[in-house]
Amino acid sequence: MTDIGWQEQTQRLSLAEPADYWALLKPRVMSLVVFTAFVGMLIAPHRGSILLDAVALFAIALGAGASGALNQWWDADIDAVMTRTKNRPIPAGRITPEAALGFGLTLSVASVLLLGLVANWLAAGLLAFTVFYYVVVYSMWLKRLTPQNIVVGGAAGALPPVVAWAAATGSLAWPPLVLFALIFLWTPPHFWALALLKCDDYARAKVPMLPVVAGPDATRHQILAYAVVLLPLGLVPWATGFAGPLHGATALVGGAVFVALAFRVWTIREGAAARTACGRLFGFSILHLFLLFAVLAGERLAGLV
Amino acid sequence: MMPLTLAPDGHRLTEAEARARRLRNRAIGLALAGTVALFWVVTMAKIAHGGLH
Repeated sequence: MTDIGWQEQTQRLSLAEPADYWALLKPRVMSLVVFTAFVGMLIAPHRGSILLDAVALFAIALGAGASGALNQWWDADIDAVMTRTKNRPIPAGRITPEAALGFGLTLSVASVLLLGLVANWLAAGLLAFTVFYYVVVYSMWLKRLTPQNIVVGGAAGALPPVVAWAAATGSLAWPPLVLFALIFLWTPPHFWALALLKCDDYARAKVPMLPVVAGPDATRHQILAYAVVLLPLGLVPWATGFAGPLHGATALVGGAVFVALAFRVWTIREGAAARTACGRLFGFSILHLFLLFAVLAGERLAGLV
Repeated sequence: MMPLTLAPDGHRLTEAEARARRLRNRAIGLALAGTVALFWVVTMAKIAHGGLH
């Protein structure tokens, strides 16, 4: 007879609630993915059933959430030392890394299979690539390796409209690729404005963000350069005919404000005013991207294009 | 999570552990029911659009 069953052993019982698993999905990022994917689907020329489109969007959202969960699994050590992320479920100890890994992998497979079954396998393949790119190429490889991490990694966040177009049409075309380019070039100035504000956090976590590695001044040059390039790119949907003049005007005005705010970040480099400038650029960048996509959708729904 | 020392007669869940488990079970149940409903709706929609042969 053995007394193994009677020995004191330390186990851990989970106090994780559904809200913690919901937080693993990064719901705010997921909502942006759903929004850009929705617009990508809306401008696609051929669609089947609205219901199947909705389920395809759900699958894309699920894939985005799975990427978020796997990202949090991999980056738990970084999240634990950054004030912005230390209360996430894994560093806070509410969910074990193993549970997050299982949750993320299960959702990844489920989202890709669902999109393949409900739409087509081109879209499913693109979704699988997006998850792989975000988790492996960005999170595991680039994020801790190079200050260009978010430049290359930004492709993952830019792919949802392409996946949605593919889900609706079964093919690819220029319009979703233009939307891809818009998000791709929008991402670096957006995140670098935040990185200028959270520079100490990133340095403590040893994440080689551009302000940490190259310094704030070099980051300000890059932000301004990307803002200048983003302005004409925003006009491409109108110039190529898949958006109307309202979108062109929005891109022009919004792009000009974006450049002006980036210029303020470039000129004001010290003190509270510099932080305010970065905060304003960060906030406006979100509004700018939202408006670019919302107007595109609005024009389609109103029959203006 | 909380460290747990097993007593010979097993572990009695604390109020917090029981609540968390109840909520997780409820969420899993809803997710499973939602998955069944989703596949039923998708199948019906595919049939309606001639997508199943």
